[in-house]
Amino acid sequence: MTEAIDPTVINLTVFVLAVFVGYHVVWNVTPALHTPLMSVTNAISSVIMVGAILAAGPVEIEFSSVLGALAVGLVAINTFGGFLVTQRMIEMFKRKAPRAKSE
Amino acid sequence: MSANQVALWYLVASVFFILALKGLSSPLSARRGNLFGIIGMTIAVLTTVAIVGKGRVELIIGAGLVGAVIGSIVARRVQMTQMPELVAAMHSLVGMAAVLIAIAAVGNPAAFGIAVPMPTGNKLELFIGTFVGAITFSGSVIAFGKLAGLGKLFRLFSSAPVVFKGQHPLNLVLAIVMVGFGTWFFLAAPESQWPPFIVMTAIAFVLGFLIIIPIGGADMPVVISMLNSYSGWAAAGIGFSLNNNMLIVAGSLVGSSGAILSYIMCKAMNRSFINVILGGFGAAEGAAAESTDQKTVRSGSAEDASYIMGNAETVVIVPGYGLAVARAQHAVKEMVEMLQEKGVTVKFAIHPVAGRMPGHMNVLLAEAEIPYDIVYEMEDINSEFANTDVALVLGANDVVNPLARKQGSPIYGMPILDVDKARTVMVVKRSMAAGYAGLDNDLFYMDKTMMVFGDAKKVVEDMVKGLAH
Repeated sequence: MTEAIDPTVINLTVFVLAVFVGYHVVWNVTPALHTPLMSVTNAISSVIMVGAILAAGPVEIEFSSVLGALAVGLVAINTFGGFLVTQRMIEMFKRKAPRAKSE
Repeated sequence: MSANQVALWYLVASVFFILALKGLSSPLSARRGNLFGIIGMTIAVLTTVAIVGKGRVELIIGAGLVGAVIGSIVARRVQMTQMPELVAAMHSLVGMAAVLIAIAAVGNPAAFGIAVPMPTGNKLELFIGTFVGAITFSGSVIAFGKLAGLGKLFRLFSSAPVVFKGQHPLNLVLAIVMVGFGTWFFLAAPESQWPPFIVMTAIAFVLGFLIIIPIGGADMPVVISMLNSYSGWAAAGIGFSLNNNMLIVAGSLVGSSGAILSYIMCKAMNRSFINVILGGFGAAEGAAAESTDQKTVRSGSAEDASYIMGNAETVVIVPGYGLAVARAQHAVKEMVEMLQEKGVTVKFAIHPVAGRMPGHMNVLLAEAEIPYDIVYEMEDINSEFANTDVALVLGANDVVNPLARKQGSPIYGMPILDVDKARTVMVVKRSMAAGYAGLDNDLFYMDKTMMVFGDAKKVVEDMVKGLAH
């Protein structure tokens, strides 16, 4: 076991474990919040921003930098839009105000 | 920053993403959950900008700012009834970004720390990220069009299924050809890899369109969950090609979330995922409306209805897509308050596929400031209908159709709200038109059912007036 593990194998390990975590966490989400769940997962999937930043990053501006910058812009819409709209929705969920005439 | 430090920061961000989803287990912790998500994203972005270091940070910040402004404005302006469209539009952005990143990676692998020439393993992963991203993009564009009701503008956006002969064989052939070009792309030398890559991407875009057009409007809860899932897998695919564990974790979370939601939606319609995706439901079922013998319907005015409700002890309201279309949620809230003042116990019953996306009705009711603890899920309230004086159906149809209990009917086995067990049933509907499934609804012809015809908002407002007397 002296040879190095292929990164793809490590990636696969992480992937399988993450799917399990996702499975268990998502089943615990209350159905009433399924719409906020979709918008927040949407915002989270904008972590591909990381790839976009790397593409836009190099000092010499090439075709790939332009694509990267474009991707940064598109994904930023998602990041901000997703988290803010989730916030807006979540704040609407309120419990019953203490009513004077309860029973 | 060293590679190890970067990896550790990404680990922290991944944990925050998991906590973000965990927070949504209850409305009380949801706000904190969203905050965790924002923190995770901030860490992820700052760490990555630090890697770029002396590179073109100004380009990144500039592009990011433009997106941030657009995103913030949209998030503030969007109506809650438009949430399904917004989510579909956002899926398309993730899909498009995944494709752009993949193209950039093929063009300049060194920027991503990928070996030059690119190893076949990375190419395979890029291929997966690209085609999933492309399908997500074009599929979401169609879903957006269908949800936003742009059918008049462009026929492919029609909320009715768009079907043609040989549709499924065509999709299959395209998929095979796409994989063929993908294989060519793995094997090609760096200087000849562009043609197969471009053709493959183009086919994936076309496939996305073709897969979604045959799916009808009321199946959108499944489609939108499925595209949510795809956008996650696209991110995970990009994570594989960049050897970035955080992308893989976040992508898998999103992917499994979307998959679970699709599963819940399919189960709530008692249809298999394949059946929904192959589409055309309702269009093919010509034989459904077989018994057109004269059945009588009892109809009444909103005023009559409000009188009965005002004298009831318990009222259960069943909202459906019709409520969203009519934007009647605020009027409903007013009616609920008046009923509560008269001492009536009011509850809401939500079917999982009510509306156009999972949880859509809950958000609309929350927007109208209806407290979430009087809003019940199907399995929690179904046993209560037998003790309910009045069940008020607002713009729902298939989800309350007792035909679902009858063996041999097209919707047999679909879980429904047992509205017909209530002592009195009131149905607010624009006309006697059949629902999405194209089926007649026996509920409307029962002796204890009163139909109130009209636009949901108008009717509810009239009910409020009636209650004020």
